[in-house]
Amino acid sequence: MKNIVSKKVQIMQPSGIRVFFDLVLGMRDVISLGVGEPDFVTPWQIREAGIYSLEEGFTSYTSNKGLYKLRLGVRRHLKDKYALEYCPDEEILITVGVSEGVDLAMRAIINPGDKIIVPLPSYVSYGPVVELAGGVPVYIDTSGSGFKLTPELLRKNIDSRTKAVVLNYPVNPTGVSYRRRELEDINKILLNKGVFCITDEVYGDLTYDFNHTAFPTLPGARKNTVYLNGFSKSFAMTGWRVGFACGPKEIIAAMTKIHQYTIMCVPITGQMAAAEALASGRKSVEQMKREYNRRRLFMVEELNSLGLKCSCPQGAFYIFPSIKNSGLSSMEFSRRLLKEQKVAVVPGTAFGPCGEGYIRISYASSFDNLKEALARIRKFLEKRG
Amino acid sequence: MDEILEILEKDGRASAEDIAKMLRKDAGEVKKAIKKYEKEGAILKYKAVINRDLIRDEDFEVRALIEVNIVPQKDLGFDKIAERIYSFPEVTSCYLISGTYDLLVVVAGKNLHTVSNFVAEKLSCLEHVRGTATHFLLKKYKEDGVILKHKSENNKRIAISY
Repeated sequence: MKNIVSKKVQIMQPSGIRVFFDLVLGMRDVISLGVGEPDFVTPWQIREAGIYSLEEGFTSYTSNKGLYKLRLGVRRHLKDKYALEYCPDEEILITVGVSEGVDLAMRAIINPGDKIIVPLPSYVSYGPVVELAGGVPVYIDTSGSGFKLTPELLRKNIDSRTKAVVLNYPVNPTGVSYRRRELEDINKILLNKGVFCITDEVYGDLTYDFNHTAFPTLPGARKNTVYLNGFSKSFAMTGWRVGFACGPKEIIAAMTKIHQYTIMCVPITGQMAAAEALASGRKSVEQMKREYNRRRLFMVEELNSLGLKCSCPQGAFYIFPSIKNSGLSSMEFSRRLLKEQKVAVVPGTAFGPCGEGYIRISYASSFDNLKEALARIRKFLEKRG
Repeated sequence: MDEILEILEKDGRASAEDIAKMLRKDAGEVKKAIKKYEKEGAILKYKAVINRDLIRDEDFEVRALIEVNIVPQKDLGFDKIAERIYSFPEVTSCYLISGTYDLLVVVAGKNLHTVSNFVAEKLSCLEHVRGTATHFLLKKYKEDGVILKHKSENNKRIAISY
């Protein structure tokens, strides 16, 4: 069968982490700090809207761009939250989560050989999606600058073939985020060098220490940016698979073209539920955020006291502590922690080679679970001496 | 509401040290604040929420919601007669309500008889009580924001994901 599979897919990096993931999935009674989704279920009024839409018989296609009322909801939401205006007719597209948005954006802009900058460590899909679209990912190691993309790093990596940069903040896996001033510096370089921006801000609502800045709100950025967001993390709606893309109408039109041939439209039940989320879900988001924030502060303090050094992440629900003191590689540390104490974490290398020496800990888990996991990690470290 | 109270309302066993870490405060300060709340009566007590469906036989207990119509007393209104009612140990909750009845009283007893006896022999014969309507509780679904169903955690999420 090997010859049937396209060369492009054959050479795609098989995720080395898969073996470790399978190990976790095969074990029982594991406390997992390796989950990349909220531990809350979707707030009831949102689930209820989905159920109600089914009862009412909303089971058809929607327009390719998505339900108009949902696009209107997105428009209002961005206007209220960031004073950012997009036209629901031409500048907003409802996507199957941010994942589809990333794929569409890449395919809409990449010509063969175009370079796309991907700061590492990062969420796993950007690079492979760039490759599938015929582009060349240019990875930037940010481990030397507190896991942040600095203007110097960015400038150094731009050349005449650079088409775009992918930003994702707050960052999965590090929880790092950027203040407005830092983003302004990045934006200036992009505008100056004619490099486009694809910004994945799915964790934007979960920013704790300062206000989140939506990239298109920066001076001149709106026409140079595709803004991607979704309902998964803020509203605890991962399984519904609903996201949205906003940008200049030419780009959204191009993305819609691909979307209409490949996806047609996002499932209507999810769109109905998402519309309700925007209409009435803000309070639930704030409640969940407060809860995450308490866990964040608690975990950072505890991990540091265990000797797993970490700076305090500003967003998402991840902490990225260093395990270099253990003398083990990220993978080995994670494997042993799983085997010996039944605690699952994700090795930092899952998010790029520069994640070596780190693990990703998700605090999207109940407080009791977090405490138990910490106790087990303590035992693990004590045994190692 | 103060976040300390918000945390304690969800988990009465949260220690001052843990709360301090969660809120990035000094543990001594948190302890002091909790003491103050306790002293003022803002925090009245700490207790477990028990799912009685899982406790069998000897602890079997029936509960009834009893609507009580009363004649308010001059100068004292409803408060005095309410006090006479809620002081009975059988009464677990007591509310003044608007509508056809004046008080909503929750009564717990070993069985139907003990509860009915309480209503017939104690409650109804009180001087200012004009009438009662007793509703026996058949099933409890949710109490004080807690859904009374044991749910094992995390079984719906896959154990590891990006």
